[in-house]
Amino acid sequence: MAKPSTANRPLSPHVSVWRWHATMASSIAHRISGVANYTGAVLVTIWLAALAAGPEAYGAVEALIAGPVGILVTLALIGFTLSLTYHMLNGIRHLVWDLGHGFDPKGSNLRSILIFAGAVVITAAIWLAAGGLV
Amino acid sequence: MAELRTPLSRAKGLGSARSGSGHFIAQRVSAVALMLLIPVFVWMIARLPDMSYETARAAIGSPLGALVLLLTLTAAFYHMRLGLQVVIEDYISEPFTRAGLLIANTLLVAGLWLVALFSILVIAA
Ligand code: HEM
Repeated sequence: MAKPSTANRPLSPHVSVWRWHATMASSIAHRISGVANYTGAVLVTIWLAALAAGPEAYGAVEALIAGPVGILVTLALIGFTLSLTYHMLNGIRHLVWDLGHGFDPKGSNLRSILIFAGAVVITAAIWLAAGGLV
Repeated sequence: MAELRTPLSRAKGLGSARSGSGHFIAQRVSAVALMLLIPVFVWMIARLPDMSYETARAAIGSPLGALVLLLTLTAAFYHMRLGLQVVIEDYISEPFTRAGLLIANTLLVAGLWLVALFSILVIAA
């Protein structure tokens, strides 16, 4: 990349000068959950390929679930649910922001906390109500 | 609005290739689709009684199950390619690494998409 001219151009403040607040954390979490969802989608695809390949190939997955790391698979699934739920709730907020609403700092911080809490509650509710895999 | 680009930068024509808003809109359109699809997808998987071969084949092999997966994964792959592109552009400035990662992101997602579609169709067939 060519070195940009620095003359009289606005500079973005360095990350370290920011005070921690809920909206900042929610923004970072949106990026982290987006990348986690990406990883989850890769794993879902591998799982689908094994499922399509037949019982022998899928046997590796079943062995993993039945084995000592089975609990990790369950935890990963719950983590994936949490990541998807959080990213969806905060993503909806992004869409509301794009429509020009919800920029007041106080309300924004409050909504960040509600979104974090909501993601945890919804994830717990899904896994309890579904009564399936866990 | 003030012009933020230097005359030299503009003359060189680097920076935005004027596809920035297209990217922004595509990310939002796929987000709206996912907002509807992800809850259905998560619920469908979470309520499976177990992860055995028979259970999974039956769930994804049903016409509705296959359709939910085809729709959700297509929207997700599209959205996540756009999303990771921004993450790469934000953190990687070395031109060679950056181009390499952007190409890898595109090819990986294209490959995943085809593998997922093919697998779902095989299971549902
Ligand atoms: C469930 C509904 C979803 C909604 C409403 C949603 C919404 C959004 C929005 C609005 C953005 C742009 C944020 C920004 O401009 O900073 C975004 C970014 C992103 N999304 Fe989603 N998304 C959803 C699901 C997903 C899924 C399923 C994946 C992956 C499989 C994903 C991966 C990403 C990634 C990697 C980014 C980039 C993160 C960043 O730039 O920090 N999203 N999402």
